[in-house]
Amino acid sequence: METSFALTGKGYVIIAADTTAARSIVKMKVDADKIKVLSPHLLMSYSGEPGDTIQFAEYVERNIRLYQIRNLYALTPSAAASWIRRSLAESLRSRNPYAVNLLVGGYDTTSHQPHLYWIDYLGTMTEIPFGAHGYGSYFALSLLDRYHDPEASLEEGLSTLKRCINEVAKRLVVSPDRYTVKVVDKDGVREVEL
Amino acid sequence: MSIMEYNGGSVVAMVGKDCVAIASDLRLGNQALGISSNFQKIFPVTDRIYVGLPGLATDLSTLRERFRFRVNMYTIKEEREIEPETFARLVSSTLYEHRFGPYFIEPVIAGLSKTPSGGVEPFIAATDLIGCLNFAKDFVVAGTASAKIFGVAEGLWEPNLEPEDLFETISQTLMNAVDRDAFSGWGCMVHVITKDRVITRTLKARMD
Repeated sequence: METSFALTGKGYVIIAADTTAARSIVKMKVDADKIKVLSPHLLMSYSGEPGDTIQFAEYVERNIRLYQIRNLYALTPSAAASWIRRSLAESLRSRNPYAVNLLVGGYDTTSHQPHLYWIDYLGTMTEIPFGAHGYGSYFALSLLDRYHDPEASLEEGLSTLKRCINEVAKRLVVSPDRYTVKVVDKDGVREVEL
Repeated sequence: MSIMEYNGGSVVAMVGKDCVAIASDLRLGNQALGISSNFQKIFPVTDRIYVGLPGLATDLSTLRERFRFRVNMYTIKEEREIEPETFARLVSSTLYEHRFGPYFIEPVIAGLSKTPSGGVEPFIAATDLIGCLNFAKDFVVAGTASAKIFGVAEGLWEPNLEPEDLFETISQTLMNAVDRDAFSGWGCMVHVITKDRVITRTLKARMD
């Protein structure tokens, strides 16, 4: 089942999302990238109803890009997250709401701080030091309560992430076997191999 | 399960002697799963008015934005700050505008209103999710632990408490009530509004 994790550390945010695109009991694709790069210092993982997820993620991606073209500067992580939340909250009370859950992580180049936002399909948003969506969250959150360190280096952060992935692989019946992992810090966004 | 209990959270406000206090827990959950232990539910409206918004968390954010917009518009048009009672009416009418598709929030308002003689008068109010106002002389409650807060507040509150005593009363009321509620807790935040300043404190509480 779909799972995504994210955690912050000293000057960075790591986001990991599984790579399966499933329909009913069938895996249709095993190398889907469900983390969008919204701007040079902003990442967004998305999961939920297939179709809604891609439509909404591309809508967000294009609008964030449009803002950057018009104003020369990209939105800060908090501003981008607020805009995304509002889009979901407006969608919730429409005829056909998007069923999309998000983790928005970014590095604020004005204050030099990493920020991570947890957003669900209702438009609930909160800033968190670490978070998860999907069935994996039931295992990963308690593990992160124990091992997360906001002052950890990137290497330590990635090893904490590996603990989460291993725990989900061990305990969840329908666990994903591959993840995309992306990091955002002062140098921008990059994908890392675990 | 009711949508009002989906995210959990509770707010209480109390009247003291020339002061008011408003307090909330800090939990954000998804039913029984805890998501955040630092989720603010109380927001400043002016220097002397605070509003607490327990209920569905998405509507909390939406209403907070709406109230900020409407209070700013009021301030610009009237060229003065909004009074607590006026703000309570604004909250009520904003909610009633959505009578047949409501925001799932039960706001609690606490503030000090100005008297003609230049003094201040404590003001508290609460509404239901469609904007039915409840003005109280003692305390108002809302959220998943509201029934429990009522019980403790009924026992602890007394009239004309000084700011520090009011702080102790509201803190003990809230903390002891939310410890009996699975959907509230994970720390508390208390604001005591007095004539010349607002005392804001976060409380350490049980984290289970």
